[in-house]
Amino acid sequence: MRGGTTARLLALCVLPAALALAVPFAGPYVTVLAARVCIFAILAMSVDVLLGYTGMPSLGQAAYLGMGAYLAAILATRHGIGLGCDFFAVLLGGLLLGALAAAFFGLFAMRAAGVYFLIITLALGMVVWGLAYRWNALTGGDNGINVFRKPVCGVDLSNGLAFYYTALALFVLVLAALSLLVVSPFGRTLVGIRESEPRMRMLGYNTWLHRYLAFVIAGACGGLAGVMWTHLTGIVSPQDVFLITSVDALLVVVLGGPGTLIGAALGTAVVVFLRDYLSTLVPWWQYVLGGVYVLTILYLPEGLMGLPARLRRQSSELAARKAVTLRESASVESRS
Amino acid sequence: MAQQRGRGMLKGMAVLAALVVAGAFGLGRAGASAEELRIGLIAPLTGPLAQTGMDMVNGFQMYLDEVNSDLAGAKVKLIVEDEQGKPPVAVQKAEKLVLQDKVHLFLGGVLASTGYALAPVSTRHKTIYIVPIAAADDLTQRQKEQYPYLIRTGWTSSQPTHPFGEWACQKGYKRIVAIGADYAFGHEVIGGFQRSFEECGGKVVQKLWVPLFSIDFGPFLSQIKGDVDAVFTMMVANMTLQFPKQYKAAGLKMPLLGGGTSADEFSLPFMGDEAIGYTTALQYSAALDTPKNIAFVKKYRKLYGKVPSYYSESDYTTAQWIHEVMKKTGGKWPGAEKFIEIFRSIKLDSVRGPVELDDQLNPVQNIYIRTVEKKQNFGYPDKELWNTIVKTYEHVGQYWKYDKAEFLKQPVYSRDFPPCKYCE
Repeated sequence: MRGGTTARLLALCVLPAALALAVPFAGPYVTVLAARVCIFAILAMSVDVLLGYTGMPSLGQAAYLGMGAYLAAILATRHGIGLGCDFFAVLLGGLLLGALAAAFFGLFAMRAAGVYFLIITLALGMVVWGLAYRWNALTGGDNGINVFRKPVCGVDLSNGLAFYYTALALFVLVLAALSLLVVSPFGRTLVGIRESEPRMRMLGYNTWLHRYLAFVIAGACGGLAGVMWTHLTGIVSPQDVFLITSVDALLVVVLGGPGTLIGAALGTAVVVFLRDYLSTLVPWWQYVLGGVYVLTILYLPEGLMGLPARLRRQSSELAARKAVTLRESASVESRS
Repeated sequence: MAQQRGRGMLKGMAVLAALVVAGAFGLGRAGASAEELRIGLIAPLTGPLAQTGMDMVNGFQMYLDEVNSDLAGAKVKLIVEDEQGKPPVAVQKAEKLVLQDKVHLFLGGVLASTGYALAPVSTRHKTIYIVPIAAADDLTQRQKEQYPYLIRTGWTSSQPTHPFGEWACQKGYKRIVAIGADYAFGHEVIGGFQRSFEECGGKVVQKLWVPLFSIDFGPFLSQIKGDVDAVFTMMVANMTLQFPKQYKAAGLKMPLLGGGTSADEFSLPFMGDEAIGYTTALQYSAALDTPKNIAFVKKYRKLYGKVPSYYSESDYTTAQWIHEVMKKTGGKWPGAEKFIEIFRSIKLDSVRGPVELDDQLNPVQNIYIRTVEKKQNFGYPDKELWNTIVKTYEHVGQYWKYDKAEFLKQPVYSRDFPPCKYCE
């Protein structure tokens, strides 16, 4: 058990720190991608809270990303808010808006579970997409909104490195907060609901409220990620709010390993770098990405995070089989 | 369990580290050399716009191959990126081209929204963005000042439909229904048509908006008023092939007019007889009867197996234009500001005809009114569909005959502008 703790410590502190320091040396484009990973990972982790811990597969998480993103873009372009130190207020605003939207949508979504929950979140997500696409006066419709300047508060976030570190800091903050959440009694209750909701209800837990709060918290994380999303590319488009983004968020969680939080970040990193980095090197990147998806689904139902456990299981099975063969041959020998 | 988690994370981090290291090596490739001209081309190579993207890349590549990638001494390194027809993806790819490949200039993007998304990237990185296709009016009109590094070699959406509206009115059409793809480009093409058509005395009596990329026109065809003289369409991508088929199948007989992309050569070779008589307006037609174009069409067709579309021509002409600039600098990169200055001063004798830029860096060029005919052309053995030119408007700018200052005071053409005052 001691070795495990060291490995855990190493994985949790030393490696990420080393990586964070290594990214700037890999060039400005990799830095942009790393920032993208940090931001999208926040959204992915919010999906993980729903899917991995509470057992609610959400297919509409892009809606909250969109809320935060459009909020930041509209405030910045129409009112000049959020381009100075008030950027942090906008971050908070995105968080609140995401939470509010989820609190409203949650009233509908909580009526369903399983596949029906999937469908209803999808529908709610498309409603937000429809608003973004149609409400021209507010959202710029299909053209989206361009945000020309990035926030300056002490450091200028138009500097790729500064932006990356801001995104990284937020990611670490959200990861820490959600990690605390999932080990808290509240988080354990969510896991209980995932395993058997009727039993939890029978034990006296208000399961509706627990699920509802998880949904609101996930929405808040989405809104927060959205504010950063706007400043990452400098444009918000209905494409960002479209189903594809929600599917991506769900996919990276399944790929990385649901119910692990860090797996969502790992899945995001793998997909972003395969899609946006490998694609610049080779034309057959889609086969690699597809291959990774298929292999994960076929052989790693627990996602990439389940890889070590599976390897260990296999080697112990192998050892057991060997032991059996040895014993059999020994018994044959002894008989003869 | 804790142990398993720890190892899992270790493994994950190792993968991430490997990717980052790979990135570090990738950077080493972008070493700058004085004689190398790095050009980024952003085109949709997958998704519903794939055919147009292919035509763009082929057009540009064909010119480079003709000169052996040697623009007056500068060796061109062309880097093609797939934008999938999605504006945010296009931005990502542009960032990659600028930050990693350190391109001198980038070009591309198809949808109007993609043009609007890419323009700020050029401003942010002070890198030239050439727009051969994306036709969003305001890129070179009301918002041009925000994009000092943007040059357009294609057209504004309403540029061909301004004269086309007048043509349709003079032709004797009185009442017209407009049906088009519901996004900025569609609104602007139809807006330009409606303005000049109604100023001449015609009436647009109904406007129908179809969601972009939707290919089931049933619900819309049944709404079209029967007592009109013509139907004006504005289709793009996969919509172009479906519309005339379903229109004929629904038993509708009114003549079809359309924006340039409704019957463009990117899809015309794949259309059937239902397209005959379709009249559209654009700055190019593959049937343009000039020696330069005939040579272009024959060569392009031999290389890529189909007639060139305006997407091919526009990218070919862009490459030619860049070549002319490099000729003047002796193959040296002059810097972005100087490049724009020289670019603007060139009056190009291009495949589509004479082209030059106005002071907002949008082309002034011929606009061709073209009708689809089935005929033998340019010595090809089979009877095929061609966009035969029925009238040429020479030297048409983005404001046509309108006063620029007056024009800019009105809002950009949209779903609600010009208002449909004759709608019934």
